[in-house]
Amino acid sequence: MAEIIKDRRPPVTKTGVLGWIRSNLLFPWYNALLTVVAGWAIFSAVKPFVQWAILNASITLDPTVAKQYSGAAWGFVRDMWPVFMVGIYPEEHRWRPAVALLIVLALIMLTLVRKFRGTKWLYTLWGLSPVAVYLVIHGGFFTGLEVVDTHYWGGLMLTLILASVAMLFSFPISVLLALGRTSDMPIIKSFCVAYIELVRGVPLITILFMASVVLPLFLPTDMELDKVLRAMVGITMFFSAYLAENIRGGLQGLGNGQYEAADAIGMGYWQKTLLIVLPQALRIVIPPMVNNFIGILKDTSLVGIVGLVDLLQIAFATTSNPKWFGRLEEAYVFVALWYWILCYSLSRYSQHLEKKYASK
Amino acid sequence: MSQHAHENARVPFWRNPQIRAWLYQSIMLGGLLWVAFIMYQNTLANLEKRGIGSGFGFLQNEAGFNIGETPPIPVLQGGFLWFIAALIVGLFASRAIAVWLKKKGTAITASDKTVFAVITLVGIIPVLVLFLGSDSIAFTRYTESSSYVTALLTGFANTIKITILGCIFSTILGLIIALGRLSPNWLISKLCSWYVELNRNLPVLLQLFFWYFIVLQQLPSVRQSIDVGGWLILNNRGLFLPAPIAQSGAWPFCLAIGAALIGIYFICRRSMRLLNERGTPGKIVLPSIALLIGLPALVWLIAGTPFTLEYPELKGFNYRGGIDFTPEFTALLVGLTVYVSAFNAEIIRSGIQAVSNGQREAARAIALKERHVMRLVILPQAMRIIVPPMTSEYLAIAKNSSLAVAIGYPDFVSVGGTILNQSGQAVEIVGIWMGVYLSLSLVISLGMNWYNAKIKLVER
Repeated sequence: MAEIIKDRRPPVTKTGVLGWIRSNLLFPWYNALLTVVAGWAIFSAVKPFVQWAILNASITLDPTVAKQYSGAAWGFVRDMWPVFMVGIYPEEHRWRPAVALLIVLALIMLTLVRKFRGTKWLYTLWGLSPVAVYLVIHGGFFTGLEVVDTHYWGGLMLTLILASVAMLFSFPISVLLALGRTSDMPIIKSFCVAYIELVRGVPLITILFMASVVLPLFLPTDMELDKVLRAMVGITMFFSAYLAENIRGGLQGLGNGQYEAADAIGMGYWQKTLLIVLPQALRIVIPPMVNNFIGILKDTSLVGIVGLVDLLQIAFATTSNPKWFGRLEEAYVFVALWYWILCYSLSRYSQHLEKKYASK
Repeated sequence: MSQHAHENARVPFWRNPQIRAWLYQSIMLGGLLWVAFIMYQNTLANLEKRGIGSGFGFLQNEAGFNIGETPPIPVLQGGFLWFIAALIVGLFASRAIAVWLKKKGTAITASDKTVFAVITLVGIIPVLVLFLGSDSIAFTRYTESSSYVTALLTGFANTIKITILGCIFSTILGLIIALGRLSPNWLISKLCSWYVELNRNLPVLLQLFFWYFIVLQQLPSVRQSIDVGGWLILNNRGLFLPAPIAQSGAWPFCLAIGAALIGIYFICRRSMRLLNERGTPGKIVLPSIALLIGLPALVWLIAGTPFTLEYPELKGFNYRGGIDFTPEFTALLVGLTVYVSAFNAEIIRSGIQAVSNGQREAARAIALKERHVMRLVILPQAMRIIVPPMTSEYLAIAKNSSLAVAIGYPDFVSVGGTILNQSGQAVEIVGIWMGVYLSLSLVISLGMNWYNAKIKLVER
């Protein structure tokens, strides 16, 4: 008699919502346990935050009304918004940073238009934009605008200015350092190696201290260097070394054949470097360079230690305002949100670039 | 001769690459020397104008300021001198071994025996000397009447403390987060990836402020401390744990633990040998645990109690006794650990993912158990990818610990900054900072490079 094969149960579904939940959250048993633990952790962290930030929060501009709510007083952020943006920049001149921002935003918009991208006049405009931004914010010279000393610069504006100046100036310096480090000339090579290793071996704070305390000693006795400028010098010095190592990676990643081919058609050193080597080397290292720029943006927050009022330090400055005394949490969340959005979008951009150039 | 003359005539001398190279370099060297000379002159003039002397003599002056955390510092005398002497002799001996091995065409890292010999020379022997001379080793603690040198040493000890603990904790936390991101559990992996994204994109200084000014300030006051059975007490004055106090049996006990660790090393080696010889690895876990617990326990019975615990007690307005971590220390340690663990997690995850799937499949095909697949096949290969970037992260912890200055933890930079403000000796202090951090970076990267050389793939 033939044996009757028992009916088998149908396979556990792996498709659809239920299947997804089963395979991603509940199976095997310890995964279910982990799901419960993780869910509980998320719940217990998010619940008080949501209560504080949304449910019990107020957005009134009146501090006495805001005190009646147990949650966040977002009216504080609304009230102090301009201070967060520009620090103690004089109130009647606040339109000037706004104009500077418009200039940069307009340029970014133009760049986003595919037709204009890579045209000479757009490059020229970008090249001129730092000068324009400086003239608008600082004033003086031939502009007829009242001079606003760097002493009054602060907030998000200062953070962005410090970061962009550091990116702008450390880029050419780091290219030179990287070329120097890979060159055959012993004195130039050893200078570049020494500079890079020295700077990379010490914390940014000591460089900032050096820029703020020691640099003035090196200058002639009658020469005064602006505090913001000193910080800029320090940050630029610091990041050139890190960026140089990135670029060196790109230089090393280039096949020897490229150098030999350039030599074979009789190119000189600078022709070879500018036309053959750098365009290829820099393209390889765009993602690590963007990561480095994120680092610059985050690390500009250290200038608070040598007495500048950047985006992070403004959090303290605003909360010592008698009207909104002690609203430190709100200030931190707001400042953190800014940093996070800026850095996260930069890191997304770097991932996009990586994908774009990976296909080639 | 005429050939050369002909060539020289064709190529003018300023087009000769060699001559040009020397020309560029002499211009650069000249420029550097000139800038250095001008800066030197300016510095002298500036110092004179401000009435500040130069030189390191001021370091002997009385400091006169208070330091919140003063770990004991060994005094350069007695047992400590012997320790340093043993260390120096050990270093020279290892150097000699390295040179000798190089002549023979191998390296120290090539065999376990030589590695073991070097560890003995620079590690075990000096530590033994330190233990044997422990009666004569003297410690000093910084007080307000101590010199600037002692203040700097105290700051340096604090920096080292935070660096070592930060490296250990951020590696462990990073490993957990990395495994979480690789977990098939969707919720866990999302949670871990948000942890990474949140931490990577916020400045470390902001995170330190968050832990210090927001989290630690919200802890209860001393009277309402969180108390876990007297073992762990947490309040806004810091974290308090019971402290072990060494008794008569302490040092045989430590020796027993050391011996047990060496024994475990040999158990692991035997396991590998058995794996090679008969295909199944020897037992590791059970004998190791037995050795690690049994040997010290035996010594405990023979030599008497090694440690007694000193519990923190509420006296007056604060807890006294035990180990206390100040809020500054706790904030710095938690902040740095959390920040760096996000980077470490990404490094570890990418290292594990970079090991090709074929390796995993091959390991399963030869019927290795799942935990052996991880330990014997995946991790050794992932380590090669993980170690170099992890070195940079450890260096970053050492350097980022200098952010202590922002929340008032007396680390090396913070103490140096106070001295700088008091004495005005900016050039000297910044010089000391640079020198010390450079040496610290050098030591960390030397150690990690050595480890890297040991585990890296040996090719033709």
